[in-house]
Amino acid sequence: MSLDNKQVKEIAYLAKLSVDDSQLEQSTEELNNILNLMEELGEIETGDIEPMAHPLHMSQRLREDEVSEGDLSKEFQKIAPKTGKSHFLVPTVIE
Amino acid sequence: MTWETVIGLEIHSQLRTKSKIFSGASTAFGAKPNTQACAVDLGYPGVLPVLNKEAVNMALSFGLAVNAKINQHSIFARKNYFYPDLPKGYQISQFELPIVGQGEIEIPLEDGQNKMVGITRAHLEEDAGKSIHDLYDDFTAIDLNRAGTPLLEIVSEPDMSSAKEAVTYAKKIHSLVQYIGICDGNMQEGSFRCDANVSIRKKGDELGTRAELKNINSFKFLEKAINLEVERQIDILEDGGSIVQETRLYDAVKNETRSMRSKEEANDYRYFPDPDLLPVAINDELLSQIKKSLPELPTEKKIRFIKDFGLSEYDAENLTAQIDIADYFESMIAKGADVKLSANWVMGDLSASLNKNQIEIQDSPISAIELYELITKISDNTISGKIAKDIFKSMWEGKGSVEEIIENQGLKQMTDIDALEGIIDEVVNNNTLQVQQFKDGNSKLLGFFVGQVMKATNGKANPKQVNKILNDKLS
Repeated sequence: MSLDNKQVKEIAYLAKLSVDDSQLEQSTEELNNILNLMEELGEIETGDIEPMAHPLHMSQRLREDEVSEGDLSKEFQKIAPKTGKSHFLVPTVIE
Repeated sequence: MTWETVIGLEIHSQLRTKSKIFSGASTAFGAKPNTQACAVDLGYPGVLPVLNKEAVNMALSFGLAVNAKINQHSIFARKNYFYPDLPKGYQISQFELPIVGQGEIEIPLEDGQNKMVGITRAHLEEDAGKSIHDLYDDFTAIDLNRAGTPLLEIVSEPDMSSAKEAVTYAKKIHSLVQYIGICDGNMQEGSFRCDANVSIRKKGDELGTRAELKNINSFKFLEKAINLEVERQIDILEDGGSIVQETRLYDAVKNETRSMRSKEEANDYRYFPDPDLLPVAINDELLSQIKKSLPELPTEKKIRFIKDFGLSEYDAENLTAQIDIADYFESMIAKGADVKLSANWVMGDLSASLNKNQIEIQDSPISAIELYELITKISDNTISGKIAKDIFKSMWEGKGSVEEIIENQGLKQMTDIDALEGIIDEVVNNNTLQVQQFKDGNSKLLGFFVGQVMKATNGKANPKQVNKILNDKLS
């Protein structure tokens, strides 16, 4: 599998990365190199191996359903780039 | 040309836990913005999610209630997209190995038949925060109180073939999650949200391209939005066009659906297993424990109502659709109320008044005991059914108990036969023309006489008794 410049632009758009046109050719080539490496991994026979979701051989610890966190909104708002009365403010999002 | 509609639903139901799915922040509704969003919910560096046991148990309750395959080894995944109310840049959800696998639920159809609707899966995930677009002119305001609230996303098979069926299915799930106590079902507050995948095809063809409808917050809108979408797709296809796979937003004010984003701009969510969370292991012991703790489910209750109370399938279906209505009805019967009368009053006057005033049965101004007292007065002939309706209104308006209203307004049914006969004689004597017509064979006039007597007694006569006496006198 290999990507062309157009696909790389689309991926960059979705990942919110700006890829300059002058860098595009190089980025595509680098990404394709990574994909080629992945393809080599695909040659390994894995049919009998159970997929691993996590490297630790443990299962998830569960917590009791209890409220343990208080209101720290003032502290969090202090370091936010922009806040209103009690909201965080971000550039207008148009739906 | 006849088109066939194919609908699948994705239902997000907020789980009724006290704390969030991965943090110890409160999930209470209506708090001041951002006061219930902790470092985990805000996606601060260095924090780790820890799964809420109760959220897992609730998902399992649902799975067992729809006879689903439970994945005893289940994993969480990151669903990546950018939006300001999702601070981490990904939503923790499940992709492969959702906690609840394939299940099914039966829904009643309009023709009296039942239909099995497949449930593809139900998975646990966290809710996002809220973006408020109209609070500031130049900014979007973000409230992250909802971020991290546990959701169970219930995905159906594309088994529904009309908007009505989709609504019936959604109502069935809505009822079930309340029965088993995992969701409060409050659609206004967004605790229960539906997205609909809609496509059309010619009979026998393969599935058509679907559009996903979002932003539907009532059953009425669900039906409207689906019907609108079906019409739109038929128009396009019959004009020789083709359907684009896209997400469409339902606008209740304009009653239209409009495109949100097309497939090209659609997110590739780049799911991958969340390295912050280990696989969830569900043991047999927990499963059997939850199975034992499940309450009586709607279908079981319906069958019991038919068997124990002799109700019709239709009445039993209606009375068990909501657990609070079923409980209300059952506490009337437990007091010894007449089954048929109770069913008629609960589904009739009571439901109508509740709907009209948009209140839930648990907030009804007339309690089950009070309604029991009212219909007991009908059963023992103290009042007529018609007077009972007036008393019901007075009780609804808080004008006192049944006894007080009957006493204060002098509504007791006439039991004095002599007095009643006197009134009937008077009516008969004053309407000689009609008496003659009745005797000549116009039997419909009996109703006229009954009406006159009821009017003369201010509705306090017992219509059955009046009928009998009139028949005796006129024959």
